[in-house]
Amino acid sequence: MTSQAVAPVLKMLLAQTRSELLMRWRVPAFSVTNLVLPIVFFTFFGLPVAHLRRGDGVSIGAYLLASFGAYAVGNVMVYGFGIGVANERGMKIDRLMRASPLPPLVFMLAKVLTALVFSLVALVLLIAFGIVVGGIHETPAVWATIITRLLAGSLPFIALGFAIGYWSGPNAAPALANLIYLPLSFASGLFVPLNQLPAFIQNLAPYLPNYHYAQLAWSALGAGRESLGESLLWLAAYTALFLTLAVRSYRREERAKFA
Amino acid sequence: MGTVVELRGARKRFGEIEAVRGVDLAIGAGELVALLGPNGAGKTTSISLMLGLRRPTAGEACLFGLDPEDRRARSRCGVMLQESGTTGVLTVSEIVDLFRAYYPAPLPTARAISLAGLDAKANARIGTLSGGERQRLYFALAVCGDPEAMFLDEPTVGMDVEARRGVLESIHALSAAGKTIVLTTHYLEEADQLAHRIVVIDRGVVIADATPREIKSRIPSKRINFKPDTPIGASTFSGLPVQGLEVADHRVHFLSNEPEAVLRALFERGVVMRDLEVTGADLEEAFLSLTRRP
Repeated sequence: MTSQAVAPVLKMLLAQTRSELLMRWRVPAFSVTNLVLPIVFFTFFGLPVAHLRRGDGVSIGAYLLASFGAYAVGNVMVYGFGIGVANERGMKIDRLMRASPLPPLVFMLAKVLTALVFSLVALVLLIAFGIVVGGIHETPAVWATIITRLLAGSLPFIALGFAIGYWSGPNAAPALANLIYLPLSFASGLFVPLNQLPAFIQNLAPYLPNYHYAQLAWSALGAGRESLGESLLWLAAYTALFLTLAVRSYRREERAKFA
Repeated sequence: MGTVVELRGARKRFGEIEAVRGVDLAIGAGELVALLGPNGAGKTTSISLMLGLRRPTAGEACLFGLDPEDRRARSRCGVMLQESGTTGVLTVSEIVDLFRAYYPAPLPTARAISLAGLDAKANARIGTLSGGERQRLYFALAVCGDPEAMFLDEPTVGMDVEARRGVLESIHALSAAGKTIVLTTHYLEEADQLAHRIVVIDRGVVIADATPREIKSRIPSKRINFKPDTPIGASTFSGLPVQGLEVADHRVHFLSNEPEAVLRALFERGVVMRDLEVTGADLEEAFLSLTRRP
């Protein structure tokens, strides 16, 4: 053969990511939940208190915007990967992809890029809503820090999504994602600040992944409760845990379907 | 021209069931081969082994001289699988465009869609396609990379007569253009129309590997049935050229290429018959008798 033996990986990745973006955009169950739900929650929980400040001067509006930002990105990851992967397994998309020359890693990477794009859009929409409707003011550098940290720290939720997607079927995945992700977010003080929650939840929160994830955003406002290094260590540990679960379910399926 | 795909002593066991029980098969470049056999004969498993979708329990599978999972081998193959799905929310041309990106030198999108006879549906969402149209979409996905070899598992399942004819014509044209094509079917007629070579698989082994003409000559052409006066057993037929013998309570059915010789022998063995009928055998039924020999 005179021509190349395989297609260029970058071209595959771009085409795959473009398709993933289109697919996700066209399914309202994903796009509306990803982009609109955080704004709706912020309207209920954040707007009424957006003009208040804490004793230390931190804007409660900005604090809750950071909280719902953390909720929004985790939401994109857990639902996108959890329900997405479970659906694709249900429709046996994996079999056709498996026989194609597309490397599995490129397939995965395109999903991650797509989720990051949706997360970015969700954050920008949420923050813009907070600024315009809630009259919340922070410097652009603060918003940029929050966005960057939340995107970069989202790995444990990608792993959790994969674990749910490979562990459950297409019917169970949405329920399971809700049952895991909503209580975790609530108990981590993402909807209502921790000091307003019952004591046992306040004691539990420092062990939850969403708590440490939100610290990345809160500390950008000077409202963090731990050092950045501490947060990242917790998040790394949770990534390892969720990845282990995901890989175990993935391997079990590989053995059954393709061994 | 070299060997495109090869199975050597390939076996595949799923728990208690051994779906493929020692298949040796080599398919050369430019061949158009039909794997023919009844449902559950091991055709799909054989294709899965060739493509590296399953790993053989014993023996070997080679694709273009490489491990079938090698991306260089996969990049030279287009595949249409029976049990696979795809998203419903992309349009036909969007997904064909996507699959083209997986291959080094693909066909133009419109050309792939037209080879599958889907021009009128190019901008339709996949979710709105009928079963037959979906099947044609999978054909478009298999051909869009302009691969050297195509593996088509039951390509015409669920298609209406016209769509089926269109896809069969495309397969002929691709074969004439030098592509290697391996397809499975459980219709002898389809294999006969299409293939240069028919490999009959039954219960996990190759029971025949020949041209369509040779295969057909082995298939019994007449169906005989009668009522015996006194009950007879299968032993009455020992040594006679009959196939698909069924001895029910009051009726005997069988297939044969030499009905006169069989009937003469039965008369000599003292069988008294009533209601004797000798008719031309249905091709498919006759083929099944070949694979279900006792």
